[in-house]
Amino acid sequence: MASTTPIDSPPAPPVARKRAGSSSGRVGDKVFLGLSRGSGILLLVIMASIAVFLTYRASLAISENDGNFFTTFDWNPAGDPPVFGIAVLLFGTVVSSIIAMAIAVPVAVGIALFISHYAPRKLAAPLAYVVDLLAAVPSIVYGIWGALVLVPYLEGLNLWLDQFFGWTYIFEKTEVGVARSLFTVGILLAIMILPIVTSVSREVFLQVPKMNEEAALALGATRWEVIRLSVLPFGRSGVISASMLGLGRALGETMAVATVLSPSFIISGHLLNPGGGTFAQNIAAKFDEANEFGRDALIASGLVLFVLTLLVNGAARMIIARRKEYSGANA
Amino acid sequence: MKLQRKNRLRATALGALAVSSALVLTACGSDDNSSGTTGGNGGKTNAASNIKCDDAKGQLPASGSSAQKNAMDLWAKNYMAGCSGVEINYKSSSSGEGIVAFNQGTVGFAGSDSALKPEEVADSKKICKGGQGINLPMVGGPIAIGYHLEGVDSLTLDAPTLAKIFDGKIKKWNDGAIAKLNTGAKLPDKPIQAFHRSEDSGTTQNLGKYLGATAPSDWKYEAEKKWPAPGGQAASGSSGVAAQVKQVDGSIGYFELSYAASQSISTVDINTGGAAPVKATSENASKAIAAAKIKGTGKDLALELDYTTKAEGAYPIVLVTYEVVCDKGNKPETLSTVKSFLNYTAGDEGQKLLTEAGYAPIPAEINAKVRETIASLS
Repeated sequence: MASTTPIDSPPAPPVARKRAGSSSGRVGDKVFLGLSRGSGILLLVIMASIAVFLTYRASLAISENDGNFFTTFDWNPAGDPPVFGIAVLLFGTVVSSIIAMAIAVPVAVGIALFISHYAPRKLAAPLAYVVDLLAAVPSIVYGIWGALVLVPYLEGLNLWLDQFFGWTYIFEKTEVGVARSLFTVGILLAIMILPIVTSVSREVFLQVPKMNEEAALALGATRWEVIRLSVLPFGRSGVISASMLGLGRALGETMAVATVLSPSFIISGHLLNPGGGTFAQNIAAKFDEANEFGRDALIASGLVLFVLTLLVNGAARMIIARRKEYSGANA
Repeated sequence: MKLQRKNRLRATALGALAVSSALVLTACGSDDNSSGTTGGNGGKTNAASNIKCDDAKGQLPASGSSAQKNAMDLWAKNYMAGCSGVEINYKSSSSGEGIVAFNQGTVGFAGSDSALKPEEVADSKKICKGGQGINLPMVGGPIAIGYHLEGVDSLTLDAPTLAKIFDGKIKKWNDGAIAKLNTGAKLPDKPIQAFHRSEDSGTTQNLGKYLGATAPSDWKYEAEKKWPAPGGQAASGSSGVAAQVKQVDGSIGYFELSYAASQSISTVDINTGGAAPVKATSENASKAIAAAKIKGTGKDLALELDYTTKAEGAYPIVLVTYEVVCDKGNKPETLSTVKSFLNYTAGDEGQKLLTEAGYAPIPAEINAKVRETIASLS
């Protein structure tokens, strides 16, 4: 959540470096160097202090934990002895984010391609506004909408999935209950990350060099072939960055999940059953009533989310670095 | 490029519009909520009536249970209207935090859902010079079992059936155990959807105490603030549970009576084994609290509730919250304010307000002892 993955920038225009001899220029240089270096250092200090704070408070809680922090299916730091574990939260966070990505990324790439390459100009602009508008809605509003509209309407879909795809195990609904499940959360998260993935992908697709596209057209390629041969390879690393930005939001989303999900400390592969939980949702739900120790325990779970996000971002960077040579980014 | 930037600007303008309208919408929403939780008695003030301010003055910090928050808010508002120059500042967090704050000496009194534990009493001796912390029962309340079942206007359950429903052992509304308690009712063949609180709550703990005391063979969990049983569905806060019960056909859940009243949710009558099933009302809750025994010694008035009471019209699923003070050695700067304020809350007027807020007054016999104790605080 906190950190961002930079989007691969298009080939930068050659900057004209003028070495001005005047002394006033040098003072300005020095001041600006100091300011920008200071900002960089400040960022590192903030990140480090957050990490230190999380680690310190987490260690206080984990040392007193009577259960196993990684395998216990329970969250009762106020109990005697205190027992809590993150297994359920890790599962719920990862699964709901995967569902969100599986739905959002293909749709977002589709919308981005439509806006950048298919839609007539008159339609493309309004469509782009609408997608950007989705990003302006606060997450609690998504949560309320999800709880009041999405959940009742998804019940029909759940029945249908259970009836025809129940054999897949994950779509088998074994418990009664309204659709306040990880699956519903995944759908809601997909809608929430759609705008960011779409708008970043769109920007990247718009930056495909016209020469490449025209060259493909000149060779007799159809529109789809142009996209396949020139747009997608060029945009691949950008789309991956966009997806990771979206994934970061999905992993850390709090209020919308807390409003929609019916939390419980159970891991179930039946994604339509109510239950499960995510890191951020659990922190939001338990923080108010938690005592000092309970808060430390919640902070420990926050630390795991912090590490998870770091890993996701790191993985994204590795993928982008490895694919760079195939993309048009450094052509 | 220029075109794009323009578009971007317009998009942000539109976005700003959407955000502001959304904010307006949510603002309306939260207004509705708060008036719902306080039971809509924000407007009623019996200011400047028979409140004896004595020599109360200055600030009185207090902290603790959120279960008595609505009562405290109402009391503090009326009291401060009657006694100028006094500021009652009740921070609603949790009983545990309230007691910790009390034992650190940072508050004049603490609100708690459960009586002080022996180790907490031992801690309190450091703050209460020459005395110790005591519990004064101040606010009672029925925990209503709300349900939503199309075509069933009244429903009676007993403790074992309730325990089995919340434990997921009874899964259908037309189960034999429910049918036996409701002869004549047309119970549909629908699954039961039981809702509980997703966060730690004193309400959950008190329901657990009731089920554990009255149906020990069907409810084998410790009474804790965390919901103990596996399965079932969860929602956040009493308002969240009430909203789900309101929305979902075939659901059942538990919350303070005020939520049932404000959302017009039907409540379950409890078959205690007495003459007739008992409705969840403030008066009936007071009757059940009247069956409680005082288990505290000395000036401590901690109650032991009799959940198994069969007294006529006594609604047994109740909670009692206490105010924790020192019997001797209260801080001199807040002592007179504490006495004056608690005198008001335990007085006729303060207790009468409780019914309006969906709570139950403390029965006269116990209340008399509370007043006596307040007068003797030093």
